[in-house]
Amino acid sequence: MQRDRQLGLFYALPLGGFLALAFLAPILLVAAFSTMPPKVFSLAHLPDFSAYYTVLTQGYWKSVVWSLGMALAATAILFVICWPLAYGMAKVLGRFSLVLTICVVMTLFVSENIRLFGWVLTLMKGGLIEGYLRHWTGAGFDGLLYNVPVIVFGLVYVYLPFMLFPLAQGIAMVPDDTRQAAFDLGATRWQVLREVELPLAMPGILVGSLLTFVLSAGAIAESKLLGGQAVIVIADEVETAFTYGQNWPLGAALAMVLIAIVGGIAIWGIGRADLDSMMARK
Amino acid sequence: MGDQPILRINGLTKRFNDFTALHSIDLNVSEGEFLTIVGPSGSGKTTLIRLLVGIDEPSDGSIWLRDRRIDEVPANKRPTCMVFQSLALFPHRTVGQNIEFPLKLRKVPPADRRARALELLDLLRLPRDYYGKRIDQCSGGERQRVALARALAFDPEILFFDEPLSALDYRLRKTLEKELKDLHRRTGKTFIYITHSLEEAMVMSDRIAIMRAGRFEQIAPAEQIYAKPVSRFVAGFMGEVNLFDMTAGQVPGVTLSPHAQSRFAGQSGTLMIRPESLSILPPSGTADICFTAVIEAEYLLGSRMQYTLRRAGGGTVTVEVLREDAAQGGVGAEITLGCPADACHLIAEVPDAA
Repeated sequence: MQRDRQLGLFYALPLGGFLALAFLAPILLVAAFSTMPPKVFSLAHLPDFSAYYTVLTQGYWKSVVWSLGMALAATAILFVICWPLAYGMAKVLGRFSLVLTICVVMTLFVSENIRLFGWVLTLMKGGLIEGYLRHWTGAGFDGLLYNVPVIVFGLVYVYLPFMLFPLAQGIAMVPDDTRQAAFDLGATRWQVLREVELPLAMPGILVGSLLTFVLSAGAIAESKLLGGQAVIVIADEVETAFTYGQNWPLGAALAMVLIAIVGGIAIWGIGRADLDSMMARK
Repeated sequence: MGDQPILRINGLTKRFNDFTALHSIDLNVSEGEFLTIVGPSGSGKTTLIRLLVGIDEPSDGSIWLRDRRIDEVPANKRPTCMVFQSLALFPHRTVGQNIEFPLKLRKVPPADRRARALELLDLLRLPRDYYGKRIDQCSGGERQRVALARALAFDPEILFFDEPLSALDYRLRKTLEKELKDLHRRTGKTFIYITHSLEEAMVMSDRIAIMRAGRFEQIAPAEQIYAKPVSRFVAGFMGEVNLFDMTAGQVPGVTLSPHAQSRFAGQSGTLMIRPESLSILPPSGTADICFTAVIEAEYLLGSRMQYTLRRAGGGTVTVEVLREDAAQGGVGAEITLGCPADACHLIAEVPDAA
């Protein structure tokens, strides 16, 4: 047993080293930047938290709230959309679910920005929808872009696979017998869902929700391309601070705040999901 | 047992595309009966029970619970309940929550639910402190009992079992078979049990229904299934059996006494003799049915000896005798075997025409 543990540690070393270098080091670097005094471009200094003060006082919280709020909305919508779809993939469709998987995965072959531009052309004034409508009926409207719902729509569209596949995996973990037994014991369709399917598929639900939430919270392209200037998301603020603003400490501090919030939520969520059972069964 | 059947099945048929799993089944089950449906895998027994429980819908025919037709009623509205082969316990709930599940669905107050769950733990001889245990902390036999308790909490009119003991080891299975029979007696409920093991059925049931290729081959009390099977299939289902082809009252290579000759006069079919009905005759001894055979192998079964022999007229024979009656000589010896005419049974089925 003791020897197994040592061996395990030994095998984990290369990957641990890689993760420390490629994942942890950049975060530490950003953390170091965030405590850099303004207008001094050097890492050799005493920590200075004025950038965090700026984050708290200059209304950046609005961007954080928008980002998290829209991420939450997108996650909730995705869960509702993907549950029946994933259910079909896991339990009903059989071979056809492979076709569905390929269709969904194929969209990932095209860059996110290009796909979003496709939606811009579809939704904009004079675009696919509004243009044809005006052509046929003579009555046009302002186009469907540049508002909050369209940003959420973009998030839902882009991150669908990240909800769909973990959810299908989670639903596949619910044994048919268990569902039928609950039904046989007098449960209605809704009670089976609430008492058996949702709890037993919870690892899949949590993984899917975390992936979509974390990705959506850090998303930038949807709000820029589809949302225009309707709202400014936190990732946009970070980019602006690093580029136009040339205020690296501020950008780094904003990034750290986002990492702390999203990381906290992710760790809380993963702590509740029994990932081991998900990997071991099926 | 009441007079009116609690369950009546008329012409029940189930087709899957071009395969017919059940061919117009008829069955009556009495109130309080323990009926076991036995059949090899693929005989349609699981299909049948899924129709009876309501998980699947029949293609044709009707199911009546007393005076109420239930084949159109979905499983969650039927007053019946099944213990699944996999047990289908809820792994995310405690033992207590599992047992209380059907009561919770009926909005029984928590205190009453708990009291009932504890009663059921007592009934199934599980310690009361199992109430708060997780399912994965229970052993196989304990899970069985929890699944049973959950089904009993539902208080079904009929309790169905789909081979719930098949995954357990031999000794535990034997214990639970007896417990189940005892539970049946104490609860007075109607049990319909499915298994592929006729031995399991023999221990527990009032009546046994033998199923073969989507039809009932024989429905009779256990004793009768064993002693008077209607076909070679039923005869061969339990343990070893010796089958002899009889044509016009004669079996080639077998000497029949005048008594046996008059009993089987002119009849054709399959003569069935159970291994324990045969005895080893002394050199000068005679019996109603008599033949010689050479011992090919011998097995010690504790208190009994079993022999495989090659009969003079061809074919192998199995004999089981008490150890003190063991054959002299061992493997290679020729012995005479005999049995009284009343100990054998003539199956009307003509030996395999092919």
